[in-house]
Amino acid sequence: MIEARTNALLARLMLIALMAVTLLPFLSMFSAALAPSGTYPAGLQWPSDPQWGNFVRAFELANMTKLLWSSSLIVLGVVPVSVLIATMAGFGLSRIDKGRGKWLYLVFVLGLTLPFEAVITPLYYEVKALGILNTRMALILPLIGLFMPFSVYWMRAHFLNVPSELGEAAEVDGASEWKQFWLIQVPIARPAIMSLSILLFLWTWNQFLLPVVLVQDPEQRTMAGALGAFQGQWGTDVPLLCAGALLILTPTVLLFLIFQRQFVAALLQGSVKG
Amino acid sequence: MSDRPLDRDAPRRAENPPQQAAVKRRAPTDRDRRKLRVAIAFIAPALVFYAAFVLVPLGMSVYYSLQRWDGIGRLRFVGLKNYLIVLTDPDLLQIIGNAFNLILYFTLIPIALGLAVASVIRGHMSGTFGTVTRTVLFLPQVIPLVAAGIAWSWMFASTGLVNQLLTAVGLGSLARGWLGDFTFALPAVGMIGAWVLLGLCTMLLVTGIAKIDTSIYEAAELDGAGKWQELIYITIPALRQEIGVCVTVTVIAALASFDIVYIATAGGPGISTMVPGLEIYRLAFAHRQVGLASALAIVLMVLVLLCILPVQWFARPKR
Repeated sequence: MIEARTNALLARLMLIALMAVTLLPFLSMFSAALAPSGTYPAGLQWPSDPQWGNFVRAFELANMTKLLWSSSLIVLGVVPVSVLIATMAGFGLSRIDKGRGKWLYLVFVLGLTLPFEAVITPLYYEVKALGILNTRMALILPLIGLFMPFSVYWMRAHFLNVPSELGEAAEVDGASEWKQFWLIQVPIARPAIMSLSILLFLWTWNQFLLPVVLVQDPEQRTMAGALGAFQGQWGTDVPLLCAGALLILTPTVLLFLIFQRQFVAALLQGSVKG
Repeated sequence: MSDRPLDRDAPRRAENPPQQAAVKRRAPTDRDRRKLRVAIAFIAPALVFYAAFVLVPLGMSVYYSLQRWDGIGRLRFVGLKNYLIVLTDPDLLQIIGNAFNLILYFTLIPIALGLAVASVIRGHMSGTFGTVTRTVLFLPQVIPLVAAGIAWSWMFASTGLVNQLLTAVGLGSLARGWLGDFTFALPAVGMIGAWVLLGLCTMLLVTGIAKIDTSIYEAAELDGAGKWQELIYITIPALRQEIGVCVTVTVIAALASFDIVYIATAGGPGISTMVPGLEIYRLAFAHRQVGLASALAIVLMVLVLLCILPVQWFARPKR
């Protein structure tokens, strides 16, 4: 009994310590963001005269409204298409799991551990040849392709768990595969589709390598890519940089706080399956 | 599940068993062929994107890696020379070594701490406290790595919080600009990665340990097993899959790191924190050595596979 209670207390203390370590960098950035612009503040110290105006200035300098718009457009270009074609492919692959088409699945799995750096150089020349360098399409099209291994793997795993009687019953009813897919399979797959959408949203929004290489103009980039440019420009002004970084990470953090349960579930399952 | 088609075939097979079996093996039925065609139609769109933006560039990476090319002029075939350079040049070897060095921090620290926390909790995290913990520990997974890099560049700066804390506990003599220090820059970058991955690993291991039957621990305690023995003989074997997941995710994050290093140190001072991902970018776009960059890219991809496949094999579920 006593041991159990000391254990529970110890567990709580450890978790509180972990949380403190996790939160300190955010607090430190926040305190720096309130110091007068251009100064070198101390690591963590409530400023005597908090400069809330730094956030306004960073908002304007980083052109946040345009960035939000740009990132949203990229997410809207990537996520629905990826989820749709990956769901279709996952369904298709689950139906030929035991047949001659099995190797097709292995082709997709091949890409699961591929570091994006391994293809970034040819992607640059490919995107340039397509004439979409420095446009949002330069991010949208390659990201859809790069997300396919995980997305297809994820959706196939879901469809393999759906009892095959379900599809067979529909076949007896004479429903075409296309109808069966939309009317029966997609509604059942909703939780898997939800989680996949959340993961793809985060990975797109936070993508950094592709925007840095493929898009020069920060206003056509993702939020993360734009933050890189912001650091390049204002890196020496610590308060301004911290204010900008905090602004740029706010949208995802807000969404995360609202949909906390779904995000945690998606991230946990996502890493287990990935 | 699939006993209906079998039943249908049974009488026919009984009439003329050997021939039927032979026919079946040689040519699939119309139904099978149709099924395959339909499945391929469903797979095609995904395959087109995957081929266009992963398989083709990958093939081009291999092709470029055998050439000498400045990105503009003519390509010149040089065979495996670029690979020879990657595997013998001391700078490039150090850069690859740096990535492996990062594994120590990205992988070991989160898993060790995660295991410690999990084996103390040994159950579900419920209630408000559980929700708050989960939310906070997942924050680093939600923000862009670039933001983590900026936050920690500031933490490790000369006037940053790390030095402030060191001074506060009387270790002010250790204070320094961590990311500009030849000895400490790489460990500092490693700590940033550990911070990002700590929450994810902890949550994975806590979720995993909650599934272990507590009676196993009770039995072990009756037999006089200590905490350490419980960890080695019960917890770690039972969490094999979860640990496998943590190792896979964190090793890939370490070997293929780019964002954090780009923001925090840009590879410096010197090449003390340069990693393959960033070096590929630098070689291809700043130094116009596309061939060498591609060879390094292929080597990086193979190294990731070589590290991950054994982990997957060890962590595979027991049948």
